[in-house]
Amino acid sequence: NDKVDFSYNRLADPKFSFYDNALVEAVKSEDRLVYLFFLCLSLCHTVMSEEKVEGELVYQAQSPDEGALVTASRNFGFVFSSRTSETITVIEMGKIRVYQLLALLDFSNERKRMSVVVRTPEDRVMLFCKGADTIIYELLHPSCASLSEVTMDHLDDFASEGLRTLMVAYRELDNTFFQTWIKKHSEACLTLEDRERKLNLVYEEAERDLILLGATAIEDKLQSGVPETICTLTKAKIKVWVLTGDKQETAVNIAYSCRIFKDEMDGLFVVEGTDRETVLQELRAARNKMKPESLLESDPINICLARKTKLPFRVLDETPNGSYGLVINGYSLAYALEGNMELELLRTACMCKGVVCCRMTPLQKAQVVDLVKRYKKVVTLAIGDGANDIGMIKGMNLWGFIAAAHIGVGISGHEGMQAMLNSDFSFCQFRYLQRLLLVHGRWSYNRMCKFLSYFFYKNFAFTLVHFWYAFFNGFSAQDVNETWSLCYPELYEPGQHNLYFNKKEFLKCLMHGIYSSFVLFFVSMGTVFNSERSDGKDISDFQSFSLIVQSTLIWVVTMQVWPLVVGIALRTNFWTLISHAFIWGSLGFYFCMLLFLCSDGLYLMFPSIFHFLGVARNILNQPQMWLCLVLSTILCLIPGIGYNFLRLFLWPVNVDKVLNRIHVCLKHPLPPPVKTKIKHPGLRRSAYAFSHKHGFGALITSGKTLKPNAFKTSKRVL
Amino acid sequence: MTWSVTARGAHQPDNTAFTQQRLPAWQPLLSAGITLPLFFCAGLAFIGLGLGLFYSSNGIKELEYDYTGDGGTGNCSLCAAEGQGRAPPPSCSCAWYFSLPELFPGPVYLYYELSNFYQNNRRYGVSRDDAQLSGLVSALRHPANECAPYQLSATGLPIAPCGAIANSLFNDSFTLWHQRQPGGPYIEVPLDRTAIAWWTDYHVKFRNPPLVNGSLALAFRGTAPPPNWHRPVYELSPDPNNTGFINQDFVVWMRTAALPTFRKLYARIRQGNYSAGLPRGSYRVNITYNYPVRAFGGHKLIILSNISWMGGKNPFLGIAYLVVGSLCILMGFVMLVVYIRYQDQDDDDNDDE
Repeated sequence: NDKVDFSYNRLADPKFSFYDNALVEAVKSEDRLVYLFFLCLSLCHTVMSEEKVEGELVYQAQSPDEGALVTASRNFGFVFSSRTSETITVIEMGKIRVYQLLALLDFSNERKRMSVVVRTPEDRVMLFCKGADTIIYELLHPSCASLSEVTMDHLDDFASEGLRTLMVAYRELDNTFFQTWIKKHSEACLTLEDRERKLNLVYEEAERDLILLGATAIEDKLQSGVPETICTLTKAKIKVWVLTGDKQETAVNIAYSCRIFKDEMDGLFVVEGTDRETVLQELRAARNKMKPESLLESDPINICLARKTKLPFRVLDETPNGSYGLVINGYSLAYALEGNMELELLRTACMCKGVVCCRMTPLQKAQVVDLVKRYKKVVTLAIGDGANDIGMIKGMNLWGFIAAAHIGVGISGHEGMQAMLNSDFSFCQFRYLQRLLLVHGRWSYNRMCKFLSYFFYKNFAFTLVHFWYAFFNGFSAQDVNETWSLCYPELYEPGQHNLYFNKKEFLKCLMHGIYSSFVLFFVSMGTVFNSERSDGKDISDFQSFSLIVQSTLIWVVTMQVWPLVVGIALRTNFWTLISHAFIWGSLGFYFCMLLFLCSDGLYLMFPSIFHFLGVARNILNQPQMWLCLVLSTILCLIPGIGYNFLRLFLWPVNVDKVLNRIHVCLKHPLPPPVKTKIKHPGLRRSAYAFSHKHGFGALITSGKTLKPNAFKTSKRVL
Repeated sequence: MTWSVTARGAHQPDNTAFTQQRLPAWQPLLSAGITLPLFFCAGLAFIGLGLGLFYSSNGIKELEYDYTGDGGTGNCSLCAAEGQGRAPPPSCSCAWYFSLPELFPGPVYLYYELSNFYQNNRRYGVSRDDAQLSGLVSALRHPANECAPYQLSATGLPIAPCGAIANSLFNDSFTLWHQRQPGGPYIEVPLDRTAIAWWTDYHVKFRNPPLVNGSLALAFRGTAPPPNWHRPVYELSPDPNNTGFINQDFVVWMRTAALPTFRKLYARIRQGNYSAGLPRGSYRVNITYNYPVRAFGGHKLIILSNISWMGGKNPFLGIAYLVVGSLCILMGFVMLVVYIRYQDQDDDDNDDE
C-alpha cells in the first residue's frame, strides 16, 4: 500500500506514516462516528503540548501510547494544540475550536479508564472515555451491542498480535443530569475522608450508557518479532530473564507483551520487600507455593548446600508444580544478592518460567548474570542495547574478577553504540537472536562437535600408531618413562580437567581412534614385514615404513571425514564445491609436499634436516604401498559406515527421527500451517499506557504546572 | 500499519550463494540403495584382489637358513662358540649346503636377515650424521653430537663415519658356490653387489668428501674409523666407486630398519648362466662369520628369494584382502537383513506418528 498523503493537514507530524486510505476518506467525508472518534482521541488524554518553534507542535506525553494516539489524531486533522486548566484547544480540520474542560475523570489502576467531560462550542456537554476494553465493554449502552461484538473480535485479533488495545466511547450528557452530577463531583472532591472511593462512585455515575466509538490498538514499542522470538527460545528450552532499569509496572507489562509472562501462568510472585526479612519471606513463600518440599531439611539440595560450602559447586535444577513468574525490584534485589540470600533467590528464580528484575543498576545486572553463571551448570547469554547493559555483556569487575555472561550480544539501537561495541555479537534487532542461537549457534555447535570428534579421532589415530610402534622399538622413544610418570602424578593432571566434551562421544572417538591406529599400524607392518620391493630391495626400512604409515594415515583420516561427519549429523551435511576442493586438495597437497620434502635440493641444502631424501620417489611407486593404503582405508571406513547404517534402524534417536521427518518434508513440502487465532482472555488487554499509578488529571485541572504563557491565555479566557 | 523502514542496511552482507551459505551441495546419504551395493562391490573386489595377491605371493620361492649357530646346529656353531664372549670376535668361516631339485627361477636375490636387532631404537636410529655422510668436509671434521659416544675416538680424532649405526656395520660376507654334478667341482656363482642400494641413496644422499690430491685416503686423513671396524672407511672395497661412504653395503646398512626383525639385500644373482635363476644342483654358501648376535639373543639368517610384481613373498596382504572382502560381504548381508526387517517397522512408526 502507498503511504497516505497527509499534505491536506498543515500540522501533520512528518514522521508519521499511515497506510490505510479508507480511514482518511472517512475523515474527509466527515463521518460522524469517525469525527467523534478522533475528537475523543484529541480530547481525552493528559498530554501537554508545547510550541517551541512557531508552527511546530511537540507533545509531552506521560506514556508513549498516549502520545501516539494524540499524534495519530493530529495527523488525521484533529490537532490538539494547547490546553489550560479549563479549556482544550483543538484545530479540527483547520478550524480552531475551544472545548471547555468541565471535569477530568482521571485514570486509576482500579478504574482502568479515563474520561473527560467537555462543553463543546455548540454548548453540548459530552463525556469522552477511553480505557481498557473489558471495563468499557461493561459500561456500554445496550444499543451498541452488535457493534461491540465486532469490536471485541477485532480486539482479540489485535491482542493476539501483541498490540495494546483501548476502547473509545462517548456519551452525551443532558444539562440537568450534568448540573446535578457536577455538584456531586465537587462535593466528592472536597470531602476529606474517603475521597477516592466517593469520587469513584461519582465517576461511575457518569460513565455508563456509553456509545462505542471504536477501538485503538497500539503496537508495542518492542521491536518486531520479540514475542515470537521469546516463544521460540522457550521452546528450545532457553530461559529468559528480563533485567531492566524500567519501572515495575512497565517491566511487567512488557514481560506480558513479550510473552515472558502469560495469562495462563499459575501465579506471579512479586518481591518488593524493603528489608532483608521481608525479602527472604517473600522468596520462601514463593518457593513454598511452587515446590513445598524444597523448603524441607530432607530436600537433596538443602542437604547438599548444608554439607559443602566450598566453591565451586552447582545447584541442580528443580521442577516446580506449575508455571510461575517472578518479579523482583532492584531494591529488594540488593538484599537478595547478599551472600547467604543469593542461593534463595537463585533457587526461587530458577523454578520460575519467567523472571523480571526491574529498577536495576548496571552492577546488579552483572551480579545477577554472575550469580546464575556461578551456581548453575548453564551457559548464559546477555543481550542488551543500552550503555547500562555493558556490565553484563562485556564484564564488570566484581570483587576482583570479571563477571559477565558467557556470551554478550549487543543490539545497535536508539541508545547508542556502546553495547554493540562491547559485545561478542551484535545485530540490530532482538529477533535475530533466534537466528543467532537456533541457526548459527546450532550449526556452530554441530560443527564444533564434529570438529572435536574428528580432532580427537585424528589425534588418537596419529598418536597411537606411535604407541603400537613402541612395542617394536623397545619403548625407546618415551619422553618420560613409567617410573617418572608414577613419581610425578601432576603430569597426569592436565588430562583430568576440561574433558566435558560429551564423554560418550569422546569415548566413541577414542575407540574409533584406537581401532584406526591399530589398523594403520598393523596393516602397514604386515605389508612391510620381511618383504621386498618389486625391485628386490628390502622395503622394511624405517623411513619407508614411516612414509607408508603416514600416507595411509593421512588418507584414512581424510576419507574418514565423510563417514564421521555423516555419522554425527546424519543427513544434515552438505558437501559444497569448497569442501570438495579442500578435502581432495589437501590430499593432493600432501603428496606434493611429500615429494618436495624428499627432494634432492632440500637435502643438499640441509642434509641433517631433510634426510628423508628420495623416500617418496622410492615408495610411492611400490604396489604394496597402495595396496596397504586401500586396505587400511576400507578397514577403517567399514565399521563407521556399518554402525551408522545399522544405528538408523536399530537405535534411532530422537534427532534422527526429526531429521528423517525434515528429509521427508523436503521431498513433499507441507502447506504452510494455518494460523490459529488465539483467543486471549481480556485480562491482558488492559493497556499499559495507563498503568501508572495516577494520571496527571489532578495537576491539569489545578492548573499549577501549566506554563506562564498558558496561564495568560487562561486568564484571558476567564 | 507498518512503521518500519525498509532501506537496505549499510552493513548487510552481499546476497551471494557463498556469503549466505547457499552453495550447491551434495549430501552424502547413507541410504540402503547406496550402502548395500557399496559393501557387496567392495567385498567382491577385495576377494578378487586378495586371490591374486595370495597366488602371486605363493608363487614366490624363498629359501632361508639360520646360521647363528645356536645349540650346536650346523657347522656355524663352531664359529659361534669360538666368538662367545670375545670382542671383537675372531674371523671364522663356515658354510651352508643346500641342493635345489629344480630351477630356482630368477632373478634371485640374496638377503641377510637379523632378528631381535633394534635398529629402530630411537637413540640408535639418530646416532648418525647425515651431513657427514653427504660429504661435507666441515661435518667430517666435526661430527654431530647425536653420534656420541661414537663421535670422537679415544685419541680425540673425529670418527668417520660417526655414530652407532655405522659402528655396528654388518660385516659377515657370503660367497655362493654351485656344484652341477654330485662330486663335481664347485663353481662360484657371480654375485652382483652393485645397485643393491637405492639409486637416490647411492647417488645423492651418500657422497664421499672431495678427494685430496686424487686420493680418498688423504681426504679421510685426520679421522678415525669406528671402533668396531677393522679397516678405515676408504678401504671398504677396492672399487673406487664402491668405497668410502658410497660403499653399497654401507649404504644399505645405513638405511635403518623399522622393525627388530629385518632383511637387507646382500647381492643379486643375474649374471652369466644364472640370469634365468639358479639351476638345479648342490650349492654351498661360504660364510665369513664375524658379526656377533648371540650377545643380544639375535639370529642371523641367509635368504635366497625371487620376487613378483607385488614384491617379495608376503602372504599377509593376500590373506588380509580376502578377510576384509569376506567381512564386507558378511556385513552387507547383515545390513541387508536388518534393512529388510526393520524397514517395515520404521514405516509403521512413521504412520503412527
